[in-house]
Amino acid sequence: MTLNMLKAGRTATVKGIYSKDTERRRMVDLGILPGTLIENVMASPLGDPVAYRIRSAVIALRREQAELIEVEEEG
Amino acid sequence: MSHAETAIQCGSCASGCNTAHLAKLGIKTGNWDYVVALAGNPNTGKSTIFNALTGLNQHVGNWAGKTVTRAEGAFTLGGKKFKLVDLPGTYSLLSTSVDEEIARDFVLFGKPDVTVVVADATRLERNLNLVLQILEITDRAVVALNLIDEAGRNNIKVDERSLARDLGVPVVSMAARSGKGVDELLSAIEQVASGEIQARPHRIKYTDDILENAIDTLATQLHGQFEDLPNARWVALRLLEGDESIINAVQTATLGTVRAANVFPPLVQLEAR
Repeated sequence: MTLNMLKAGRTATVKGIYSKDTERRRMVDLGILPGTLIENVMASPLGDPVAYRIRSAVIALRREQAELIEVEEEG
Repeated sequence: MSHAETAIQCGSCASGCNTAHLAKLGIKTGNWDYVVALAGNPNTGKSTIFNALTGLNQHVGNWAGKTVTRAEGAFTLGGKKFKLVDLPGTYSLLSTSVDEEIARDFVLFGKPDVTVVVADATRLERNLNLVLQILEITDRAVVALNLIDEAGRNNIKVDERSLARDLGVPVVSMAARSGKGVDELLSAIEQVASGEIQARPHRIKYTDDILENAIDTLATQLHGQFEDLPNARWVALRLLEGDESIINAVQTATLGTVRAANVFPPLVQLEAR
């Protein structure tokens, strides 16, 4: 599944990023790497963007960015 | 100049107290002996530290992207005048937003005598990315481990000594809002600026011979073209990575020169307290 499918309050582990060059670099700089735990903290009123907790910081990602991040939900 | 007029009371240290000799000069930044850059992730307290050292009132706010250009101020310490440059917060020196470019160009081409990397002790892991990137391009760095009080409240303990040993540069624990650690930071800045402390920062090693050869070849050529380039190795790596802004700067021979537009943009007007 991709990150945009993760429900509020749930946590997932990053498996990979479907992007390259600058966009990939940006995600890695934000701390999104394979193995990183990401929690869906809450959605904005219109459902996009969504606030995620990534390595202790809350970062908002748009749906189109979240769709590029392959994750596996934690049991 | 008279230090007595501007000295602040400091009861926390018995001897060698720096703030007692600190004169905050606000925006009177002319004729400095040393240039100090303040870099760090967004929202780690750079502007709070800037204000604590310069006596200025640079807008401090709890959101990312507040400092979008540089602010400058000055202070004197031990008879030397320091110009302090507050850079926009950035997660990386490699991405391409305008504020990240300003921060990157200053650290790279502004040749600061000391770069203070402000790190958030409560989110240390994510802050180390930028710390390591800055240590790749300069060995005159100090890590200011800010918000250590908040970390303590969250039961986070940071082993400052081990961190300093692993990074190879001085690490100062701070709570800039309450003034904790300001003396220690000043002392570290002074010692790195004067060369009293010779940092040996941690560098990422590339074990691939082909890559190392390519870096060497490019770095030599870069030195031939750009005499004053302080970080040819770093620039070579960016070229190999395909960083378009750096490729463009090399092709147009503007690396480190015309980029001075970013290094010396108009000053932000600040109100002295």
